[in-house]
Amino acid sequence: MQAPPGPGYGLHGQDYAAPSGPYSPGPGKAGPEGQGRCGGYYSGPRPGPAGLGLAGVQRGYVGGIAAFGNYHGSPAAAPQGFPATCSPQLAPTSCRSSLPAGSPHASVLAAATGWSAPLTPVPLPPPPGYSASPWSVQAPDRLLRNHAGPSASAGSSPANPVADSLAYPGRQNAPPPRSSPVMSTVLPGAPSPRAPPAGKHPREPVALGVPLPGLPPQKGMQYGDCVNNQASSAPTPLSSASDDEEEEEDEEAGVDSSSTTSSASPVPNSYDALEGGGYPDVHSSSASSPAPDHAPEPDPAPAAPLSAKVMAKPFGHGYPTLQPGYQTTAAPPSAGTFAQYPQQHPGVNQLSSALGGLSLQSSPQPESLRPINLTQERDVLPATPVWAPVPNLNLDLRKLNCSPDSFRCTLTSIPQTQALLNKAKLPLGLLLHPFRDLTQLPVITSNTIVRCRSCRTYINPFVSFIDQRRWKCNLCYRVNDVPEEFMYNPLTRSYGEPHKRPEVQNSTVEFIASSDYMLRPPQPAVYLFVLDVSHNAMEAGYLAVLCQSLLENLDKLPGDSRTRIGFMTFDSTIHFYNLQEGFSQPQMLIVSDIDDVFLPTPDGLLVNLYESRELIKVLLNALPNMFTSTRETHSALGPALQAAFKLMSPTGGRVSVFQTQLPSLGAGLLQSREDPNQRSSTKVVQHLGPATDFYKKLALDCSGQQTAVDLFLLSSQYSDLSSLACMSRYSAGCIYYYPSFHCTHNPSQMEKLQKDLKRYLTRKIGFEAVMRIRCTKGLSMHTFHGNFFVRSTDLLSLANINPDAGFAVQLSIEESLTDTSLVCFQTALLYTSSKGERRIRVHTLCLPVVSSLAEVHAGADVQAAICLLANMAVDRSISSSLSDARDALVNAVVDSLSAYGSTVSNLRHSGLMAPASLKLFPLYVLALLKQKAFRTGTSTRLDDRVYAMCQIKSQPLVHLMRMIHPNLHRIDRLTDEGAIHVNDRVVPQPPLQKLSAEKLTREGAFLMDCGSVFYIWIGKDCDSNFIEDVLGFPNFASIPQKMTHLPELDTLASERTRSFLTWLQDSRPLSPVLHVVKDESPAKMEFFQHLVEDRTEAAFSYYEFLLHVQQQISK
Amino acid sequence: MEAVVFIFSLLDCCALIFLSVYFIITLSDLECDYINARSCCSKLNKWVIPEMIGHSIVTVLMLVSLHWFIFLLNLPVVTWNIYRFIMVPSGNMGVFDPTEIHNRGQLKSHMKEAMIKLGFHLLCFFMYLYSLGLSLALVEAREH
Repeated sequence: MQAPPGPGYGLHGQDYAAPSGPYSPGPGKAGPEGQGRCGGYYSGPRPGPAGLGLAGVQRGYVGGIAAFGNYHGSPAAAPQGFPATCSPQLAPTSCRSSLPAGSPHASVLAAATGWSAPLTPVPLPPPPGYSASPWSVQAPDRLLRNHAGPSASAGSSPANPVADSLAYPGRQNAPPPRSSPVMSTVLPGAPSPRAPPAGKHPREPVALGVPLPGLPPQKGMQYGDCVNNQASSAPTPLSSASDDEEEEEDEEAGVDSSSTTSSASPVPNSYDALEGGGYPDVHSSSASSPAPDHAPEPDPAPAAPLSAKVMAKPFGHGYPTLQPGYQTTAAPPSAGTFAQYPQQHPGVNQLSSALGGLSLQSSPQPESLRPINLTQERDVLPATPVWAPVPNLNLDLRKLNCSPDSFRCTLTSIPQTQALLNKAKLPLGLLLHPFRDLTQLPVITSNTIVRCRSCRTYINPFVSFIDQRRWKCNLCYRVNDVPEEFMYNPLTRSYGEPHKRPEVQNSTVEFIASSDYMLRPPQPAVYLFVLDVSHNAMEAGYLAVLCQSLLENLDKLPGDSRTRIGFMTFDSTIHFYNLQEGFSQPQMLIVSDIDDVFLPTPDGLLVNLYESRELIKVLLNALPNMFTSTRETHSALGPALQAAFKLMSPTGGRVSVFQTQLPSLGAGLLQSREDPNQRSSTKVVQHLGPATDFYKKLALDCSGQQTAVDLFLLSSQYSDLSSLACMSRYSAGCIYYYPSFHCTHNPSQMEKLQKDLKRYLTRKIGFEAVMRIRCTKGLSMHTFHGNFFVRSTDLLSLANINPDAGFAVQLSIEESLTDTSLVCFQTALLYTSSKGERRIRVHTLCLPVVSSLAEVHAGADVQAAICLLANMAVDRSISSSLSDARDALVNAVVDSLSAYGSTVSNLRHSGLMAPASLKLFPLYVLALLKQKAFRTGTSTRLDDRVYAMCQIKSQPLVHLMRMIHPNLHRIDRLTDEGAIHVNDRVVPQPPLQKLSAEKLTREGAFLMDCGSVFYIWIGKDCDSNFIEDVLGFPNFASIPQKMTHLPELDTLASERTRSFLTWLQDSRPLSPVLHVVKDESPAKMEFFQHLVEDRTEAAFSYYEFLLHVQQQISK
Repeated sequence: MEAVVFIFSLLDCCALIFLSVYFIITLSDLECDYINARSCCSKLNKWVIPEMIGHSIVTVLMLVSLHWFIFLLNLPVVTWNIYRFIMVPSGNMGVFDPTEIHNRGQLKSHMKEAMIKLGFHLLCFFMYLYSLGLSLALVEAREH
């Protein structure tokens, strides 16, 4: 909220006020005048039917607000919980009913002849105050109708002053003051300490969204035992309340029932179907849906709850032992809790024993602490994917804990003091994926959102109830009152059981926020597309792909009846498109003054998607051909972004920028900084940081106006991504990069763009969001990683939030945690859904505190640690240098392993010892050193490197891990052994192979899963049956060099392979592109560079790296 | 002449003290969330160059007027100021960058720096005051 309230609006005041003057003169005069001067703005005759006009509907923000008021009733809230990709047909279609029928002018845009008009740059600098002259110059509509001359009769212009004057005040009134320094911290209803506490008066019974069709509620425990009420939770705490009579408002009922359905209905092929330790119930119901990276069995976290269900009966008995402040949770020696696993899940045993943080029964110490001599262990990589370790909590807490997919800590056992943490030499931090697509999410509609009065923590499963009327905050330990409303449980329709409320039964919940959490009415979904149409862009040909995707997904764009959309294109000038309803075809307005950009018309540039649907379609059909003959090679990206900012600032929303080259004109122009000869330099890699602060400033301005900028960079040469990325990084946007994109020469990139766009356009989106992370007193957060702007110490300002965004936070221990045995972390993400609802998604994670180094090592989460280290290394390479960052990575391994070595000094020192929990640490660090972002000595283009760094910063853990260390499977001998069943399909589960050429046999075929791309490598002597059955070619020689699809053949092998591939693809939001790589093709280099355990000319092999680490330790 | 030099230094030093206090207040406002990072940094960045110039002038003045001790005392601080200013990466919005001020304890180190400078300027203030008195006394002694 940088801009003080005045200027933003003041500016628009001028903007909007201005036209009334010039327009008033009336038709006869305005026409010729406009014609005379307009060269600079709109140059180009365009054939078009007469009789359009601005007189259409002048619809301001007011309309939107009014619409919002009764919006809640729409059933369209249903798909909230779904990953849009998986159920596109479910998605926002439900709100269609409220749409106005689009104007049926199906007039196809007259052949684009007139559009690609010759540019006649008449310098016409608009006076600073937007005085009348530039406006009168505009009169684009008049021009449109009559490009020949002054005979235009601007029939519509008289309407304008009225419309404007009507629209403008509304605009001013509708959004409340957008920002002021004082408000800043609270801004979009942020859970600020100074925000007024939610009402605490007794109110009507609440309506509750209920996720689970449920079991009957368990009989409550005594209140005397309430201290640990959370421990007593029933496995399926919630029963359906969709039939709850007490629900006050229909709209809430709508929302609720939708959430109920969404959570209850199994979504096949959904990424998240199997996620989550926090949702034990999902597992039972969705066992048949694909597990993303957890292979056959649900991971240990869910396993525990399942078993807990069996054991849950005697709550009353087992429970009192927990009483005194969770003593037991930390107390039982690891073996105690761990030992329960093998009994309950013998099947999981061999899988998870590898690195699950679980112990074998035989071992006196937990499996995760078993010392391993890395130099002698040949196959350090387990055959099944690596799980997240389970915190060493008692079963009840574990069952309630947040899913590791949303919330993960690098140390699942928090050291008591900073000194202990320093001794362990492991990074401490959180990895967050807060807006993940969830299949099951309790949505709570309640008048009072219960929060701690001093630290504003949301009530969560880990608070303790002192008695029936008071609860103790688990973050600041303040004792709070339980509000009257909270005493009533709408699920069970019983009174006096606050601990049975869904807020206290689920560590991931979503609240529908009241108006206390808004500083202005929730904004509509607003999408603006800013497209590069220079010669370079036309060469690349992305526009056709984009327009096609948009046309296909126009109905699936998340939003409601207020959704607005706009388009801008730019080369050396900026082109706006007036899509006001009522026109028979889009108007193009050209602004050639890029030094002082202004909006050519106050309305019609961002239009309601449903009212102007036909015009939008016409435009999208015409756009790809409009600029085909352009000779303009310059790109005025900076000014275009400034214009986009002006256009978006009244509402906020999402700007998608498509850029194909280095910006070369106007503000924010960049020079080429890359020296191609330095690409494979082993010494210094320069220019990792931005060259100018223009994009950063712009991003902060955008962020202040709740606008996020997403960048799609499709370039064949260096485009200074490090500078351009700033516009997305600080405005909470996302970055996509397609090196050497060309629509015909590079079909795989084009396919990737298509797939990415499909996901991008249809995925869930949250607007005007803020995220606050809180942690137990004594811990503090000091560095944040991801795409956002840190507005105040712990408040992340996210103009947009999307389900593919991940975040990381570094923690330090400020005060000793000796007097507590548990610490909690809570993230609260407040956002406006695309349906115009203000929602708060809260995740709470609870972890034990430990006092010994061994326990800290036992609880280390190697994947989370690697992701955090990668984030830190990116920071380090930008602020210091790449070699510093690489050294720091190596030191992280050396330090942590030597710290471990010193604790097990009684063991022989012949090899490199590591606890089982960290046995993959050196491997992953080596993989990181060979990653594009950090590698040296191998030729890497600067933009590729920077893009890899951007991805590290913004990807959630699951995707990042695959990027760092891909999964390799042998697929020519798939069997049904160990296969899992997903939706009546048999999905084989080939074991993981280590990433080394020694595993590649010439007789085999291998699949490498790099997250966003799949490679299938075909060996030279590969079984011809496989080639014939799966690839559909008679022999190896006849396989084409470029192959990106597997044919659908009616053979068992083909079926198995495709079923496995589909299963992998379904498990992630972006469906990856497949490359079939023949052993002899030049493309195999790409495949081989991912084999991180092998030696390259510039880097160690895994074994050499281990020796190097060992040497460093013994020094 | 001596006296004029020190009177000027005193005034300059006062200004620097005020500036340091202003830095401290603004930074602590940011710490307490009274202002946001963006406005805090734009406020502070405005004063980085004046501070640098103000301090450099005194230092140069001391060199010119051959007060070696005071010059050497000031030199490291001036050097640090200039170094800090020069080393700002091209993509940053100044010495104080709103996107980074909350990262890696930067806020704390800025605060510490402002505190140290305040102490340093106070020390200088009294030194100038003493030197001024001394020079005035010398002038008087010479007149007698």
